[in-house]
Amino acid sequence: MSKVKITINGMPLEVDASMTILEAAESAGIEIPTFCHDPELTRAGACRICVVEVAGARNLPAACTTPVSEGMVIETESERVIKARRVNLQLIWANHPQDCLTCEKTGSCKLQDYSYRYNVTGSPYKGETKVHELDDTNPFFFRDLNKCIYCGKCVRKCYEVNGAGAVEFMYRGFNTKVTTAFDVPLEESSCVMCGMCVDVCPVGALTPKQGLHNNRPWEVKKVLTTCPYCGCGCTYYLHVRNDKIVGITPNFKGPMKGHMCVKGRFGWDFVDSPDRLKTPLIKKNGEFVEATWEEALDLVAAKFKEVRAQYGADAIAGLSSARATNEENYLFQKLLRSLGTNNVDHCARL
Amino acid sequence: MERRRILLCAGTGCISSGSLGVKEALLKELEKRGIADQYEVVTSGCHGFCEQGPIVIVHPEDIFYCRVQAEDVPELVEEYLLNNRVVERLLYKDPVSGEHIKNHLEIGFYAKQLRRVLRNCGVIDPENINEYLARGGYEGLKNALQLSQLEVIEEVKKSGLRGRGGAGFPTGLKWEFTYKAQGDKKYVVCNADEGDPGAFMDRSVLEGDPHAVIEGMLIAAYAVGADEGYVYVRAEYPLAVKRLRLAIEAANRHGFLGKNILGTDFSFQLKIKEGAGAFVCGEETALLASIEGERGMPRPRPPFPANAGLWGKPTCLNNVETFANIPLIFRLGAEEYAKVGTERSKGTKIFALTGKINNTGLAEVPMGITMREIIFDIGGGIKGGKKFKAVQIGGPSGGCLPEEKLDLPVDYDSLTAAGAMMGSGGLVVMDEETCMVDLARFFLTFTQKESCGKCTPCREGTKRMLEILERITQGNGEDGDLEMLEDLAVTIKDTALCGLGQTAPNPVLSTLRYFRDEYEEHIYEKKCRAGVCTNLVSYYIVPEKCVGCTLCARNCPVNAISGERKSPHEIDPSVCIKCGVCYEKCKFNAIILK
Repeated sequence: MSKVKITINGMPLEVDASMTILEAAESAGIEIPTFCHDPELTRAGACRICVVEVAGARNLPAACTTPVSEGMVIETESERVIKARRVNLQLIWANHPQDCLTCEKTGSCKLQDYSYRYNVTGSPYKGETKVHELDDTNPFFFRDLNKCIYCGKCVRKCYEVNGAGAVEFMYRGFNTKVTTAFDVPLEESSCVMCGMCVDVCPVGALTPKQGLHNNRPWEVKKVLTTCPYCGCGCTYYLHVRNDKIVGITPNFKGPMKGHMCVKGRFGWDFVDSPDRLKTPLIKKNGEFVEATWEEALDLVAAKFKEVRAQYGADAIAGLSSARATNEENYLFQKLLRSLGTNNVDHCARL
Repeated sequence: MERRRILLCAGTGCISSGSLGVKEALLKELEKRGIADQYEVVTSGCHGFCEQGPIVIVHPEDIFYCRVQAEDVPELVEEYLLNNRVVERLLYKDPVSGEHIKNHLEIGFYAKQLRRVLRNCGVIDPENINEYLARGGYEGLKNALQLSQLEVIEEVKKSGLRGRGGAGFPTGLKWEFTYKAQGDKKYVVCNADEGDPGAFMDRSVLEGDPHAVIEGMLIAAYAVGADEGYVYVRAEYPLAVKRLRLAIEAANRHGFLGKNILGTDFSFQLKIKEGAGAFVCGEETALLASIEGERGMPRPRPPFPANAGLWGKPTCLNNVETFANIPLIFRLGAEEYAKVGTERSKGTKIFALTGKINNTGLAEVPMGITMREIIFDIGGGIKGGKKFKAVQIGGPSGGCLPEEKLDLPVDYDSLTAAGAMMGSGGLVVMDEETCMVDLARFFLTFTQKESCGKCTPCREGTKRMLEILERITQGNGEDGDLEMLEDLAVTIKDTALCGLGQTAPNPVLSTLRYFRDEYEEHIYEKKCRAGVCTNLVSYYIVPEKCVGCTLCARNCPVNAISGERKSPHEIDPSVCIKCGVCYEKCKFNAIILK
């Protein structure tokens, strides 16, 4: 890889020639704010919060899309840059609900973080604001377009990673919005509810319905774990508060890069469900009755013996689950074969 | 016997004013008189002088009849064709001398023009490839194919041609980048998504001389090594689309398009992609996204289309007028071509003259001509003898220039330095009755509506600028508004993603630069000197002038005017809705704007 010499904030650096200014800055520990940037998505250059000053350039290029070049001299926090960032933040604020006190995103909202960083306390621009109805048609997350800042990450994630392509930009100018084909509620669109859009939304436009009013980031403990739903082994962080799970954030640094499916992302509330089975049940006189594991396993073993004696081992079949790990599935087939049958199958197929 | 040729303009302008009806009447009349075999009636492309349409020119003597209607045809045939007596009333009448002019080259509108790109427009039948061939068509391509690819690029560089779409990037350089770009497949794309309000030069070229564009694209394709191309043309130009389609079919039949063109190894196929009405698709990366079937939204540059354009392949993208210049370079030679123009802006430029000007239409002028010559000599000055105030150059991305800038030479660099830009060549002329704040508001309304919504400064910033301008024009301007406008303008220019956003503040900045006092009058004195901003004007009857005819009172839709017959009337400002009817109706100039 060829290298180029550049200077960022007075610091001389030698970086890969293929890097963008943003990547070069990150490699040197310099943080440039971004809303629309996601390393695994097409570079959009949409939000313009990452603009920097490059000596000799007419205007302020976006760090996330501009490649470095030999001898480039970059300022990431110059007066001109800060002014531009402030104006753009104020422009977003002029068209954004001011309800941070109760917004679910508070504490993990990039708009809040950057407003704090650049001391933007509101907006001098008074005028029309957008008014969209809250879309709560699906069981998993709210879509509040009034909070959307049009970074387009949800659009790209849905199209480029999931492949569903459920949302796109619609209309032009101030009336632009991110929505589904024909503007129908998400529930009626091609959305598969994977929730990956929720996880990349930098603001409170997309928020999970689970853990409402109970999931302030500074009040939860984040526990890294592996999803139990299938053998993919996606990892994520459980948000735990008072020994209860209140939410999830994907592990963007894990092998699955934070990709999730609807089950793993939203299907964790069984954990504390009152309907959850905690002991084996044995049917007695037509009704399920709680039993101990010893009783249950003895019963199953006895029934296996009975069936095998009466009809032969081939009368026994086992169906395993995608929720079991590879090792567990291996043991399961061993078990079935020790009973003398090869009738073993698995539910993870279409 | 050679047949006399009668040219009927069938550009969009003349068609709207009735030229097809004239054609029908003419054919019928010639038939009726039994002389149809002596005449060849040809429908041509636009002559540029749309103000005077429908235009009929009789060859070989080149008599220029204008504003001809179907009912004039019998007289025209009887008097002129049969008896050789010129029908004076259908000739162009010079607005200054009042003289009737027979030959179009003697008309002021044409006298100062240099019609090189438009040389076939209004002269040939654009639907007949043979007429193009008879005027040296595809000779440029033949000459280019004798050269190596690099020699072709060198020739374009030597010609000094710069992009006619707006920014003025050197065309030869762009071709060189595309030539050098690595790729198994390359494209040539023509930007015919002309969208500036009032601009129609690309439409006229496509309608009047479509083969020139195809020939230009062919030469580009050969030079950069492309074998496929698109013309991205707005669907609102149905006639241009139709004629282009016919021209592509004809070029395919004649072996100018397709495989092994003119017996060489060079192959090129050309397709049309119709736009769906978004102004932003005139921006090159949005245009490419649109061809790919995506929403027309600009993409960040770099990579530039020359390296990664259509479907990620190296793409040479130029505007209609740029391509139409190319055959000329290869027919005349680069040196000859470059004899016209200034040091850094070579050749000619087509302008669309609109607004408060006598001769609205299309004019092609050598670069370096002054704005004054365009407006007053070619354009015939301001309508109704009013005073010139400003000219908006370059559409919504351009700027307004005042009287004192009229002697600037028209070239890319002088216009940019003055705060305007060449743009695609729209020229909107304004007189003293135009309010500059209202004009800025108009352009901002346009850019805000057409913003694709992708980047924050353009989507949100132009909206806030527009709201401030609306406030000012409604009489609610406040101290600090101008500073806020300037702040926003600077940030939008500095940070917007594409050319549309970066140039959107130009109309505001240039009017602020040259007409700041008008803004201040609106804000601090609540006054609109042009009388355009209705909230800031009131109508008043001068008692000394009012004769009490009652005409104003009778026409007032809200009965705001009262007074005795034959004695001065009065307007009740609390009732008046400022519609201006009284002002228009008064025959004694007794009603004034205050």
